[in-house]
Amino acid sequence: MKLLNHTSKYLAILLVPLLTIWAFIFYYAMLDEIYDSLDDGLENQKVLLLQRLPTNPAILQHNDLDLWNHDITPISKNHYERFEDRYSDTLMYMLNEKDFEPVRVYETRLAYNDQYYKVKFITSMVEEDDLIQDLVLYLIVLYASLMITIVVLNNWMLKKIWRPFHSLMGQLRDFRIEKNHQIKTMDTTIEEFKLLNSSVTTLIDQSRARYLEQQHFIENASHELQTPLAISINKLELFLENTNLPEADVKTMVSILDNLGRLTRLNKSLLLLSKIENRQFIDEEVIDFNRLTAEIIGDFEDLAAHKNIDLQLESVGNLNFQMNKDLAIILLTNLIKNAIVHGQKNTTVTIQIHQKTISIRNFGVLEALDRSVIFLRFKKLSNDNKSTGLGLAIAKAISEKYGIQLDYSFTEQHVFSLHFHK
Amino acid sequence: MKLLIIEDEPEMLENMAQTLEREHYIVETASDYKSALHKIAVYDYDCILLDITLPDGNGLELLKELKLSGKDEGVIIVSAKDSLDDRLEGLNLGADDYLPKPFHMAELHARVKAVLRRRHFDGNPQIHIGNVCIHPESRQVTIDTNNIALNRKEYDILMYLITNKTRLVTKSALAEHVWGDHIDQSDSFDFIYSQIKNLRKKLEHATISIEAVYGVGYKLEIL
Repeated sequence: MKLLNHTSKYLAILLVPLLTIWAFIFYYAMLDEIYDSLDDGLENQKVLLLQRLPTNPAILQHNDLDLWNHDITPISKNHYERFEDRYSDTLMYMLNEKDFEPVRVYETRLAYNDQYYKVKFITSMVEEDDLIQDLVLYLIVLYASLMITIVVLNNWMLKKIWRPFHSLMGQLRDFRIEKNHQIKTMDTTIEEFKLLNSSVTTLIDQSRARYLEQQHFIENASHELQTPLAISINKLELFLENTNLPEADVKTMVSILDNLGRLTRLNKSLLLLSKIENRQFIDEEVIDFNRLTAEIIGDFEDLAAHKNIDLQLESVGNLNFQMNKDLAIILLTNLIKNAIVHGQKNTTVTIQIHQKTISIRNFGVLEALDRSVIFLRFKKLSNDNKSTGLGLAIAKAISEKYGIQLDYSFTEQHVFSLHFHK
Repeated sequence: MKLLIIEDEPEMLENMAQTLEREHYIVETASDYKSALHKIAVYDYDCILLDITLPDGNGLELLKELKLSGKDEGVIIVSAKDSLDDRLEGLNLGADDYLPKPFHMAELHARVKAVLRRRHFDGNPQIHIGNVCIHPESRQVTIDTNNIALNRKEYDILMYLITNKTRLVTKSALAEHVWGDHIDQSDSFDFIYSQIKNLRKKLEHATISIEAVYGVGYKLEIL
């Protein structure tokens, strides 16, 4: 849930009890005020009646509440003395409403010309159920308008305030350290965002510096290794040019040479990996994979024939994809070489090309390889000591560079497949 | 034939000079930019082996100077930095070839000879060895006067062995030259044997033969 909605959610929940409590308080305060004002009105009626009494004694005969709003009943002196003013609520049938409506009743005493009376004043009262209904309605309206205002204002303000944050997050989501993306921070006056911006910038700068340092370290180390390797290989080859060396010595020399050759290949593979990751292969062209595969298979014919492996190319569809040609060659070469080197003697390696996929199948060990490690560096698939353990890692790095999906599966045969999304 | 090796690594320089001198080339050396610049300005060479990373300058600058002064020497760039950009820039600047370190001596000889051949026979060289004659331009091989048909790999093997005729050529050097760098990582280089066998059959009537040396490589012998 977005931070924005979080605030709104909490406000929405908090406002319900708050407004309810407020409604109760408000309701009783209102009611109290209304009673107070009604009672004042009733007392005022008594004063008015007393004022009018000397000029119109007939008032004392009024005993119909519906007609006069007051009802005067004679009482005994005894009664009069014990009588106390009282207010009460009751229901009366109202003709206009054709229903019983609540009325406020004021009962008081009156002494006139040694006659004692009980006087009852009534006044129509506010209808509590209507009041509550109205109150609830207005509260709902208030709540709704408050919520709308809050959400709209919140949205607007938070969006404005959090803009530097969202801009930063958007960039961080797409951030890849191997791509040379610059993070652009927005100017802000908010202390926290300033801190966030500077922290992120520093962190990224440092990480990238470390990353480049590491990449360059691998590259430089590989470069630095080339010259001593070259010197050693060439010195041994010069030595081998002596014709009168005994067989054992020649064999030892060649064995050393082969191992130096392995070291050279390892070194070149490492260099290649760091170059792919450093995005040093920029030139791209549309590659005809059917043709390229056929060419590469040609290079491997002898190697396959030596193991009596039948190399089969099945072109079901035409596959063209834009990428660097050298990398395309290395990708296919590594996968095909892998299939032949690990393929069982006297079997078939099948390369099938569809419009968007290439699959390379070989027979080999009768169990699936560990999918989680086969594409890792230096995870050797066998104890073959000539393997650099980098072939599949390089294939993976190339696939990732171009968004090609490289998968492995096992169904009697080991299948490596490339899915080209365009 | 006069060669100049420009290389700052003394041992590397010594190795290259030694192996090329055995082929009876006149080999001169320079180990920095300044002395190399001086030498290419004063003398003429048939082929220059040029290291890109020199302590006091860039080999590619030397190449520019060379081409600016209108000299037409063959240039092979020898670099520890197997970078695509350097390769392309070097070749664009007029270098004849690019040889990344480390390399086999046999490969160095093959590259140098190819450059010299291109420069000195104006595209119509013929190589005679025993009763065999090779026409590199048309990739044709004749024994006495009989044409023999070789496939690409057989031809490349033969050329490579002829170029390194007195030398033991290891299987790995041969495989890398003929089958390409990508063939590495193979469990052994024995797969090259079938092509050697076919080639030997085709050279039955020739006065040269491909001899196996202790199972580690081959050597071309003139009978």
